Amino acid sequence: MEDTPILASPLAQTISLWIAALLTLMIFSFLYKDNPAYKFAEHLFVGVSAAYWMTVGFWTTLIPNLMAKLFPSRMGTIFPVAVGNRAEYFYIVPLVFGILLLTRLYSRLAWLSRWAMAFIIGFAAGTNFTRYLQSDFVTQIHSTMIPLYEPTGNIMTAVGRIFSNLVVVIGVVCALIYFYFSKPHEGSFGKAARVGIWVLMAAFGASFGYTVMARVSLLTGRMSFLITWVQSIF
Amino acid sequence: MKRSIPLLITFLVGVALIVAMFIPHWPFDVLNQNFSVFYDIIAVFAFILGGGNLLKVHIRKVQRKGGDWKYSLVTIIGFFLVLGAGLLKIGVPGGWSGDYQATGSLFKYLYDSAFQPLQATMFSLLAFFVASASYRAFRAKTREATILLVAAFIILLRPTPLGYYLTFWLPEPLQFLHVPNLSTWILSVPNMAGQRAIMIGIALGIVSTSLRLILGIERSYLGSEGKG
Repeated sequence: MEDTPILASPLAQTISLWIAALLTLMIFSFLYKDNPAYKFAEHLFVGVSAAYWMTVGFWTTLIPNLMAKLFPSRMGTIFPVAVGNRAEYFYIVPLVFGILLLTRLYSRLAWLSRWAMAFIIGFAAGTNFTRYLQSDFVTQIHSTMIPLYEPTGNIMTAVGRIFSNLVVVIGVVCALIYFYFSKPHEGSFGKAARVGIWVLMAAFGASFGYTVMARVSLLTGRMSFLITWVQSIF
Repeated sequence: MKRSIPLLITFLVGVALIVAMFIPHWPFDVLNQNFSVFYDIIAVFAFILGGGNLLKVHIRKVQRKGGDWKYSLVTIIGFFLVLGAGLLKIGVPGGWSGDYQATGSLFKYLYDSAFQPLQATMFSLLAFFVASASYRAFRAKTREATILLVAAFIILLRPTPLGYYLTFWLPEPLQFLHVPNLSTWILSVPNMAGQRAIMIGIALGIVSTSLRLILGIERSYLGSEGKG
């Protein structure tokens, strides 16, 4: 029979549940007012989350995509898939850029980090230029150019569709007019901009409703966790 | 060196990626793939930089015994505990060849008992702040605020039994006013129109900013020495 790891044992799991419950209560204590228990949990969260994402990045990106490419024969048991592969020395480039980025921690050499920043900025600009032009500009305009009338069997459905399609087309045009600031929002242009604001308000309202629902569902999740914890005590 | 090399790097990388879009053949396709991996690797170094900076700030605070320095100690201990557990694969079944977040490892244990509950609770706390924001937003003083209120209210009512019982009795020709149907309509018509206009606006902004960056007109990322 295989031994259960010590941290997966029932006792360790009970301790884990208690730590999680106490930390949850510490965070909720902020609802009363800022207090030492909340500050403790908040500072712990900052440290733990920074280390968590560093570790994830190390094992999921640095080891397989950098170390395993540069030193495949030295990966041994850490990343055995790479052993036997040929070294790809051009991966020195991101390593150098990465180290240059870390020079930001030393004020005398901090200017060198701009080289790495320049790569990041250049990559983001180059990819976003085409990506947004394609998916968010051309595609969205294309999707807005819809036939207003689509023949269907039911007259009510047809009228409904015409109305909805009109709202989409007029809504997009008016909202875009609202974003156009090179001309004063006066006269018929101003009226169209006003309709644009209404469309945007409906969109913000829908987004707001969704955000509230998401947060409340997270809250109910934490509450049900606390109930599980209380039930485990009795 | 301090200004021209970063500008040249940004220009070359940006142009290479734009060209790769129009000429998806050697060498641009390979450059595109490699740059993407390079970007991921440098992003991890950015995480390391963030961690290093966090430590620098908190260690300095502890050394100087600044305000709330004891909490900085909590941050430092939490940071090293999780980092050590993850990098050294403490308790991982199978040792170095095992998965760093396997069940039974200290890293997974710390994730379950500290990181996950802290993160979820921190975000759930926002429900209360959103409730207070709702109170302010839901005072229909103007026509615009009323539209926002009505849209949000219908979306919020949708998953609740109240949303169903309020309008289930409506006759067939008025079924489009049934709260679930109305909510779907708001999401797929006026919401989509608004989101679409916003997306088009954002895309135009990103395209123009990208061009300014690639051509070296926008230099704020170089700091104060980037001016001029």
